[in-house]
Parts: sequence; structure tokens; C-alpha cells
Amino acid sequence: MSAPAAHHYTSTGLDSRKIAIWAFIGSECMLFVSLISTYLIYKGRSIVGPFPHEAWVSPSGEHFNAILNIPVTSASTFVLLMSSLFMVLALAAVQNKNVPKRTRGERILGSSKLWLWATAIAGTTFLGFQAFEFTSFVHEGLSIKTNLFGSSFFTLTGFHGAHVTAGVIWLLTLLAIDYRRGLGPNDALNVDIAALYWHFVDVVWIAIFTLVYLIK
Amino acid sequence: MSNEQSHIDAATGEAHVSGEVHHHPQWSTYWKVALILLIITVGEVWAYYIPSFVASRAFVPTLLAMSALKFAIVVMFYMHLRYDHKLFRALFTGPLLVAAITLVALLFLFGQLTAHFGPR
Repeated sequence: MSAPAAHHYTSTGLDSRKIAIWAFIGSECMLFVSLISTYLIYKGRSIVGPFPHEAWVSPSGEHFNAILNIPVTSASTFVLLMSSLFMVLALAAVQNKNVPKRTRGERILGSSKLWLWATAIAGTTFLGFQAFEFTSFVHEGLSIKTNLFGSSFFTLTGFHGAHVTAGVIWLLTLLAIDYRRGLGPNDALNVDIAALYWHFVDVVWIAIFTLVYLIK
Repeated sequence: MSNEQSHIDAATGEAHVSGEVHHHPQWSTYWKVALILLIITVGEVWAYYIPSFVASRAFVPTLLAMSALKFAIVVMFYMHLRYDHKLFRALFTGPLLVAAITLVALLFLFGQLTAHFGPR
């Protein structure tokens, strides 16, 4: 049996790797809900600023603006949402690798390298936005040690950023395989598993964007 | 591996893997889903910038509903849970349900929800 075509079937008739990734995603749900719970429990309980949505004047008279930058975060949310679209297009391209491509549009849609690159670049751009946000917060006086908001915010979004980083590395390994020997329909399950992880990272951000950034 | 165990129908993009049947959507569906997600996100951010709406009691439930809708759309269409085996659905929705119940219980326990729904 060749390596790319190796599948690991269980008594359910389902591939064990796909069962494993769904079980992993289920456990990740619990991890992120615990982090989100912590953030929500501490919400509005910080004694000192800076605060997420309100300006604050310190006892020494120093003025701090509301810390969250909604336009920047909206842009990063857009980028992550688009990365999910690129990921499903990458998966579809791998699944349909053997279908003859007649038009230029079909060749573009059928290019797994293009869509994997697009997803990885979008993920890296999202990380760039997060790095910008974190550094600007620190410059404005909010660190992980400043108050309850800082502790819970950096922990929650930092964990999410770490997951995005892992996802980008995963995508780059798929790209390396694609350049080395080409990804075909036999690899569809491997790409599908990576895609499931990537979309999960996206849905977690959908929840974080609303609960942390938009709800005051 | 045998062809009976795994077969990808290249013409339709459907994969049949030993009892595991996917009817993955077409490319056009993916683009439509992306457009819907984009519209909902624009709606969320728009709502954030309407002070009278932010001050109303409808603001938080509306944002939560929009977020839940986006969550469900990505899970159903991009993660293919709508088309996948029911075991995968159970593996995802089971822990998600437990986590959601835990979240609500913790918020009640620490008084974050009683501020909104408790006695006045």
C-alpha cells in the first residue's frame, strides 16, 4: 500500500484520523469556552484601566483611551473569514485534481497551490494584525499584568493566535508536499483534516470577535 | 488500498470513503457562503456604531444571534458537518453543548447574567 493512499478504518467504517480530528475539535471547544468564560466573568471587574470600551483617567491624572480598535479587528476578521473560503477552495482543488481543466477559470479554481498559499498568507496576515494589536496595547499601557481585562484578554486571544500559528505551519507542510510530489484525490482526507482545524480556528474567532470586541 | 474503500468522484467532487459519504457543495456554494458571512460581519460592525441600538436591550441578543448564525454556517458548509456522518456531528455538538451549558452556569454563578435577567 502506498503511503498517500493509506487509510485507517474503524469498525464504524470511518477513517480513524477523521474521528480523531473531530474528537480533538470537540475538546478544543471546551478549552476555548473555558477561556471565554473566564474573560466574561472578569468583564467589567477591572479596578484600574485601560478599559476595552471606555476611556479612563488614572489617579495621577494620566488619560487612557478605550483600548480596543474595532476597525483594525474588523479587517483582521475579514481576512480570517476569507482564509476559510480559500481553504475550502484548496480542498476542492485537491479533490478535483484529476478533472480536466479547460478554461483559465477552471485552472485557477483547480490550483491547490494557489489556494493553499492564499490561506497561509491570510493566516499570516491575521497574525500580523494580532501582533500590531498586542504591541499597540502594550504601548498604550495595557499588558497581561495590568488588570483583569488584560490578563483574560491576552490569554484568550494569545491562545487563539497560537492555534492560528499552528494552522499556518500545517498549511506550509501541505504546500511543501504539494510542491514535492503534488497533492491529489488520495490526499484529500489529509487536506480535509487540516481544513477542519483551520475552520475551527475561524469559528472560534467568530465567537471572540462578538463577545470580546463588539459587545460592550 | 482498494477502490471499494475509497473513491473520489472527480466530476462532482463527492468523496465516498467506506461508509462515509460526503456530498460536498460546489464552488459556487462556497462563494455564496463567503458573501453571506461577509454581509453578516458588516451588519455586526454596523450595529456596533449605532449608539441608540447599542443602548437598547436588543443589541446583545442581536449580536449573539448573528454570531451564532455565522458559527453555524461555517460549521455546516465549510466544515461539511451538514453533509458528513452523524458520528462527526455528535463528536462536535456533544462537547459544544456541554461547554455552552458550563459557560451559562458559570456566568450565573458569578453574577454576570443576573445583572441582566435577575430581579430588579
